[in-house]
Amino acid sequence: MAMTDASGTVALNQPSVQTSDDAAGYYTPGEPIVDAKAPTGPIATRWTNRKFENRLVNPANRRKLTVIIVGTGLAGGSAAATLGEAGYNVKSFCYQDSPRRAHSIAAQGGINAAKNYKEDGDSVHRLFYDTVKGGDYRSRESNVYRLAEVSANIIDQCVAQGVPFAREYGGLLDNRSFGGVQVSRTFYARGQTGQQLLIGAYQALERQVAAGTVTTYTRHEMLDLVMVDGKARGIIARDMVTGAVETHTADVVVLASGGYGNVFYLSTNAMGCNVTAAWRAHRKGAYMANPSYTQIHPTCIPVSGEHQSKLTLMSESLRNDGRIWVPKNKEDCDKDPRDIPEEDRDYYLERIYPSFGNLVPRDIASRQAKNMCDEGRGVGPMVGDFRRGVYLDFADAIARLGKAGIEEKYDNLLDMYERITGENPYEVPMRIYPAVHYVMGGLWVDYDLQSNIPGLFVTGEANFSDHGANRLGASALMQGLADGYFVLPNTIRDYLADGPFETVTEDHPEVVAAHQAVQARIERFLSIDGERSADSFHKELGHLMWEYCGMERTAEGLRKAIDGIRELKREFWSNLKVLGTADSLNQSLEKAGRVADFLELGELMCIDALNRRESCGGHFRAESQTEDGEALRIDEEFAYVAAWEFGTAVENDPNEPQSSMGTPVLHKEDLIYTAIEMKQRSYK
Amino acid sequence: MKLTLNIWRQADAAATGEMRTYALDGVSEDMSFLEMLDVLNEQLNAKGEEPIAFDSDCREGICGTCGLMINGQAHGPEVTTTCQLHMRSFKDGDEITIEPWRADAFPVVKDLVVDRGAFDRIIQQGGFISANTGSAPEANSVPVPRDKALRSFNMATCIGCGACVAACPNGSASLFMGAKITHLGELPQGQPERDQRVVNMVGQHDHEGFGGCTNIGECAAACPKEIPLDVISQLNKDLRTALKHGH
Amino acid sequence: MTPVATHTSAPTLVKGSRAARSTITLKILMAASGIVFIGFVLVHMYGNLKAFAGHDAFNEYAHHLRTFGEPILPYEGLLWIVRVGLIAALVVHVASAYALARRASTARTQKYAVKKNRSSSLSSRTMRWGGVTILVFLVWHLLNFTIGKINPSGGATNDPYNLMVDTFDLWWMTIIYLVAMLALGLHLHHGTWSALQTLGLTGTAAARTRAKTAGWVLAVVIAGGFSLVPLFVLLGVISK
Ligand SMILES: Cc1cc2nc3c(=O)[nH]c(=O)nc-3n(C[C@H](O)[C@H](O)[C@H](O)COP(=O)(O)OP(=O)(O)OC[C@H]3O[C@@H](n4cnc5c(N)ncnc54)[C@H](O)[C@@H]3O)c2cc1C
Ligand code: HEM
Ligand code: SF4
Ligand code: FES
Repeated sequence: MAMTDASGTVALNQPSVQTSDDAAGYYTPGEPIVDAKAPTGPIATRWTNRKFENRLVNPANRRKLTVIIVGTGLAGGSAAATLGEAGYNVKSFCYQDSPRRAHSIAAQGGINAAKNYKEDGDSVHRLFYDTVKGGDYRSRESNVYRLAEVSANIIDQCVAQGVPFAREYGGLLDNRSFGGVQVSRTFYARGQTGQQLLIGAYQALERQVAAGTVTTYTRHEMLDLVMVDGKARGIIARDMVTGAVETHTADVVVLASGGYGNVFYLSTNAMGCNVTAAWRAHRKGAYMANPSYTQIHPTCIPVSGEHQSKLTLMSESLRNDGRIWVPKNKEDCDKDPRDIPEEDRDYYLERIYPSFGNLVPRDIASRQAKNMCDEGRGVGPMVGDFRRGVYLDFADAIARLGKAGIEEKYDNLLDMYERITGENPYEVPMRIYPAVHYVMGGLWVDYDLQSNIPGLFVTGEANFSDHGANRLGASALMQGLADGYFVLPNTIRDYLADGPFETVTEDHPEVVAAHQAVQARIERFLSIDGERSADSFHKELGHLMWEYCGMERTAEGLRKAIDGIRELKREFWSNLKVLGTADSLNQSLEKAGRVADFLELGELMCIDALNRRESCGGHFRAESQTEDGEALRIDEEFAYVAAWEFGTAVENDPNEPQSSMGTPVLHKEDLIYTAIEMKQRSYK
Repeated sequence: MKLTLNIWRQADAAATGEMRTYALDGVSEDMSFLEMLDVLNEQLNAKGEEPIAFDSDCREGICGTCGLMINGQAHGPEVTTTCQLHMRSFKDGDEITIEPWRADAFPVVKDLVVDRGAFDRIIQQGGFISANTGSAPEANSVPVPRDKALRSFNMATCIGCGACVAACPNGSASLFMGAKITHLGELPQGQPERDQRVVNMVGQHDHEGFGGCTNIGECAAACPKEIPLDVISQLNKDLRTALKHGH
Repeated sequence: MTPVATHTSAPTLVKGSRAARSTITLKILMAASGIVFIGFVLVHMYGNLKAFAGHDAFNEYAHHLRTFGEPILPYEGLLWIVRVGLIAALVVHVASAYALARRASTARTQKYAVKKNRSSSLSSRTMRWGGVTILVFLVWHLLNFTIGKINPSGGATNDPYNLMVDTFDLWWMTIIYLVAMLALGLHLHHGTWSALQTLGLTGTAAARTRAKTAGWVLAVVIAGGFSLVPLFVLLGVISK
């Protein structure tokens, strides 16, 4: 029976009812969540209506309202600039030495926008549709629609700031199709789109610094959220140069602190990417939504040895021309690939997915590469007892387009490959392997991007809302900038219209408590005086996560991982070794804090993955697959957002209060679609 | 391979530093230069000596965080960033001297870490186009000739690493500034603020204590993004034009 | 309340920057004055080469310089105009060079233990010492031929041609001049390119190549052209 909402819009699906309970014992069921800010009415009018309904802040009052923004990536930088321009008093934090270095800078491929410049049938609705489908129907439709709606404004804004997008000979903007989408809507600046967009946002931010509306706090790491009377009222941050633990208060706090893919140790994320800001907020009560949704990108440079510190992405666009294969016979795996005859090669994606071939979505390409290597047909050097790599071969494309043609299209990528591996990809097929790249999960937010803690807003990769269980290429940049330039500035004002709030002084008991807790934790790290570096714990955690909570997850593996992580956590708190002092730049100390939080996050991710006994997007549960091994989504049970509340710390662990984690509480938010019907994806 | 490393150690900005020598064994060719330092740090930590502080973040040559003076060359012997330098550029038995960027405008924070805040302040003084959010016209309403767009893009690839300053005998940041001036100056959107931009940025540059350019070209040779010297010509020309306009 | 924020962004932003007070303006002044010098030395060299035409032609030329523009200008009128211009240029050039060199030395007080040069040329690295060499030479040169009219061989000083031949007949005087010309050649090799770059005339790779070529040509022509006379005097080709 069809349900209707208040405005009479018809729901196309029923709320799901979970019958399985794999994670029983690891969590406590909680109250379902109803997004109080969820808009109603026809989908195309929701955002317009919301902008109108949200209250305004008198320009004269804005100067008196302080906004803390943690993060200067696309999401944070754009928000800081925009709120500064509007006249708010903004304090902007990042852990790097300059706002310009946030990890958004590394994005290569491009940014989507429904401009329909190619007149190829694109529209706001199609971008909306593609994004929901790409996310495997695990995102909120209202949010995604809004994202598609503001996407075109982003391009206008960036061009006005001087972002040098690729252009055609006539001087108009060029764009391309990306990530298997059939329309051309991806705007790009060679292979450095994220860099150019971020520099645009950074410059707008620095302009506001000069104008006096924004103050930047670089090399500052947020270590806790300050809550007063149930509201977010500031942060505790450590000045990473002097070591001073500072209290910063404000009327509202925005977290734009990026993704936590580094919980896997090896990922395409920057070395400093962390979950600390989000996790500290989670510990203070903010829900963490769908933490196990991880995107594993198929085309990365494989691990070369034990000392590897990070993995490097090779843009997805390479799959447009390269063919992926492994040897048919295990015996050929250590041969020179050029000596393996055509009939002994298995172009497995073309074989299994004849219609999409090498262009299947990221999650599928990744999982199949893993399957090949698990069968023992991986290539490249042995890492441990495994070869982890498949070939991405340009020989055919070189024959077709000539070396010059390939050079023109991919030059900087192939150069980067050669620099890292020492192999010439024009002569030997490239080796690639999947790597952790992005997290769809993050802090839970309502339609207004406010978490369940009043006054705490979350934007960009740090929140969970727009990508469901799998993110399409070129849509994270879009989301970050949509949030920062257009959404947050329009939603935060409704909250700030009640401000300025009563001043919080530094001697307020809740402030003092937060400050002391941070200080105590730092002292604890320095005083454990064990044997192992934080990095070694991180590496071990990464192994566990990759092995059991990576591309393929099973109930048994996840339980094993949870045990392993708990064990590791105990050892961490008793055998950690951090040298140096608290009152100077101390990179080991910074690392220890981040690893401590990753350890807790890792456990929650496994619990979330264990509970979700279905396969959707990047989350593949071996127990839920079709006969031919494809992901099987179970909408009747799991069409919901899993929002986890931090379990109250158990008191049975008096020695390690900072590490104790109670059982998390699961709150479900039903996903109800009115503008799009749920279907199983098929790429055969 | 086995290496001898001479590394600058300095406790904090106020301390006087010194070179210290470390022997490191078991370095593999496939390691990046920074992974080699990670290994050294892991060993130092185990021995009870505080690890060496150095900056890095993306480790893929785009964020501009890393930057070391390696055997007297900014970012080492290849045209790339320190994080993308691999140990196959060295050989067994090599002695490698590692120092921080040296410029009074980039004070040492600790060991090999310096403070490049001066670059941010130069950008604050005009390295932007004033376009408040929401005020932008339709993106395709202002076409940009492709060659100008290309040149603009090429100069916008500067990662703000500071190698140009580190390599320059005068400690000048002209290449960095020139890259920004050219990036914005090639675009129609950048014209209204063009004179003011160059005057203010150069004013801040001088105020920060960077040296004047003598067109020696060490900067462009060290630049991992191959920003060419002609951006300095552009910078000079823009300043001359601003002078002419009475700024 | 004020949160404990230790972050300070000193040195702070400068207000009201003036283009005329920038390092680049100093450079533009150097370039302009340098180009004045280049013009001067080219004319000067042309005059010197008159030595090959013999005693009378040379002295005629020297005299002509003094009477040029008469009767509108007084005797030596043009020469004084040029001299004043050159002195002003020299003051500007040297003062700017000094200011820039000082800035550069304070821009890096802590030196590198190891520093390699990748792209600088000998000439670009020796601009400052080369400039000082030229300045010192200039003083001697003026004493020698213009102000002091010192004839190192003790001969007469009232005949420009003879004074010149007497001077360069001494091998060590010729050496001094040749060294100075080497310094000038180096100075011009980098200086010409540098001046064009400073004036913003090298916006493309092609223009840069042209500027560098111009540096070579001027260095060779000027240093070589000036060196011919002393060499040929020493070799006896030019004589009284
Ligand atoms: C290699 C790579 C390529 C990609 N390519 C694309 C692409 O082509 N298209 C696309 O759409 N997406 C791409 N993505 C994804 C996209 O780049 C990111 O999801 C997006 O940029 C995240 O932006 P953000 O602003 O949320 O966070 P970030 O840019 O990660 O910024 C996080 C900020 O938070 C700060 N911060 C974090 N923790 C703290 C703390 N505790 N205290 C203080 N500050 C803190 C950091 O200093 C930083 O300023 C790519 C990602 C990677 C890794
Ligand atoms: C005939 C004499 C001279 C000629 C033709 C000449 C010419 C030039 C030129 C063309 C430049 C390039 C300017 C630029 O970089 O834009 C230059 C630079 C320079 N000159 Fe001279 N110069 C002469 C004498 C001197 C003297 C006497 C000094 C002495 C102190 C001097 C010191 C310098 C220095 C230090 C520079 C480099 C400055 C820099 O690049 O920042 N020069 N000269
Ligand atoms: S110009 Fe080159 S060397 Fe200088 S900061 Fe930019 S990228 Fe680094
Ligand atoms: S660490 Fe980002 S450029 Fe080297």
